[in-house]
Amino acid sequence: MTQEFTTENQALIDRLIQRYPQKQAALLPVLHIAQKQFGVINDAVMKLVSRTLDIPVNRVQDVVSFYTMYSTRPVGKYHIQVCRTLSCACRGAEPMLEYLEQQCGVKCGEGVSADGKFSIVTVECLGSCGTAPVMQVNDDYYDNLTRAKIDELIATWKRS
Amino acid sequence: MEKLITKLVGIENSERIDVYRAHGGYEALPKALKMAPDAIIQVMKDASIRGRGGAGFPTGLKWSFLPKNNPKPRYLLCNADESEPGTFKDRVIIEHDPHQLIEGLIISSYAIQTNTCYIYIRGEYTRGAKILNQAIDEAYASGYLGNNILNSGYNLDITVHRGAGAYICGEETGLIESLEGKRGWPRTKPPFPAVVGAFSSPTIVNNVETLVSPVHIINRGADWWKANEPKLYCVSGHVKYPGVYERKLGINLKELIFDVCGGIANGRQLKAVIPGGSSVPVLTPDEIDVAMDFDALNQIGTALGSAGCIVMDDTTCMVRALWNLLKFYAHESCGQCTPCREGVHWLEMICDRIENGQGRMEDLDLMLEIANNIAGRTICPLGDAAAWPVAGMPDKNKGGNLSGKSFINKFRSEFEYHITHKQCLVTGHLEWN
Repeated sequence: MTQEFTTENQALIDRLIQRYPQKQAALLPVLHIAQKQFGVINDAVMKLVSRTLDIPVNRVQDVVSFYTMYSTRPVGKYHIQVCRTLSCACRGAEPMLEYLEQQCGVKCGEGVSADGKFSIVTVECLGSCGTAPVMQVNDDYYDNLTRAKIDELIATWKRS
Repeated sequence: MEKLITKLVGIENSERIDVYRAHGGYEALPKALKMAPDAIIQVMKDASIRGRGGAGFPTGLKWSFLPKNNPKPRYLLCNADESEPGTFKDRVIIEHDPHQLIEGLIISSYAIQTNTCYIYIRGEYTRGAKILNQAIDEAYASGYLGNNILNSGYNLDITVHRGAGAYICGEETGLIESLEGKRGWPRTKPPFPAVVGAFSSPTIVNNVETLVSPVHIINRGADWWKANEPKLYCVSGHVKYPGVYERKLGINLKELIFDVCGGIANGRQLKAVIPGGSSVPVLTPDEIDVAMDFDALNQIGTALGSAGCIVMDDTTCMVRALWNLLKFYAHESCGQCTPCREGVHWLEMICDRIENGQGRMEDLDLMLEIANNIAGRTICPLGDAAAWPVAGMPDKNKGGNLSGKSFINKFRSEFEYHITHKQCLVTGHLEWN
């Protein structure tokens, strides 16, 4: 299936390209726009990005596979990214991850929960070490996490 | 102490241009635009400011490496790819005082005579990117960006460029590759970015905290700066009050942990401190009576790095702590150089087997040997950054080999306990409040 950017996103991309001396420099930001629109960067999306920026599709794949923020597989409505690095680990990231797995009904790195709501992955240092433990859910950071805070968040997300 | 860099933290709407101006913002810019560009570089040299990103390279000197009479455009890249574990200071500037950064970028761009500046911000900082974009729009609308800034005839455009999750893009040549729309694979130097950088043009890459300094150096003068040099310290881990603290460069580490951050939480004892981000060798409690500056920390075999101070209490398993960091570096190795791509994975796997009760006594020397075979043998410093926590920094007395002064040798008895008892000595990593 051929994918297309929305008119609004295409206009955004056209403006973005003007900010760089070379069109291909807009690849990372265009992939962010694509991921936001399509939810996943699959083959059809990579072909669209390749056409949009006049670069070979293998170059797009090369970049997509290098950066962790581009999802090539579907993620949950709430994509939970738990920081596993040292400062968060010192403040309980390991038991917190286990607790999240139980509450969300999905294991870390094993796809999406049955209700389609949750996927969980671990990520490296999110740069929020002073408020550890931390997780990023979609675009937003949640910090100083306790069981009570997580219960509240998950209850809200399950209802939504 | 008077706060300069974090002056607006905690003030309502501090990210807005009117609030920044009400607190003396954009006062350095007209002064700078009346100076000759080279005179600003000279002031930066006189202030002796060293880069805040980790390597501590003198900023004024870096700027002076730009070739004269090169017809190509120049670029200034602001490195906001803050990813060194334990470091979260640039985010404070970006989210609370974006105009301070923008003013610093305009002055710096003018000093090095570029008309194009990119802020490369790590992809996860979506909030920061949004705040910066709003602030940049305000700056354009107020005549601080665009053409003929404050009627000086000088033009500048700033663009926020989001990364997508790769620690390696914080390395300056990896950052350049990533800006160009490629994998963040670091380049062999020379040529240095100042000569051949972004889009094959002369380029300066500096950290966020480094690039706000011209605002204060222009306002206060180089002599004032040298006498009062402010520095952001990030403290995380097992202290009572973790956070980002602005203090004079060279604050005593013991004072930082026990006075500024309230000491160790839950009435426990200090066991170890990583003073400058996860890449630098760890210190034991008897080593922390030291000034947190570039030279004093080097003298005791560690480094100020990004000033990301990770404090560990006596419930921390040092084998698991080292494994945690090695897993980070193994994940973040870009895969370009064999010693790093293979060696860091070996280190992680060996440490993992020690942690999981399958270690052998000879593994400890094996890890030290592998670390020594990675350090100094890769295109970029990620290899060193992974090797130093294991085996310390290069030691002149050992012919440039690693000193051995870090996790394994400083906590050797705990590593040996793990191997003989097949379990952790302490299990703080299983606790969560």
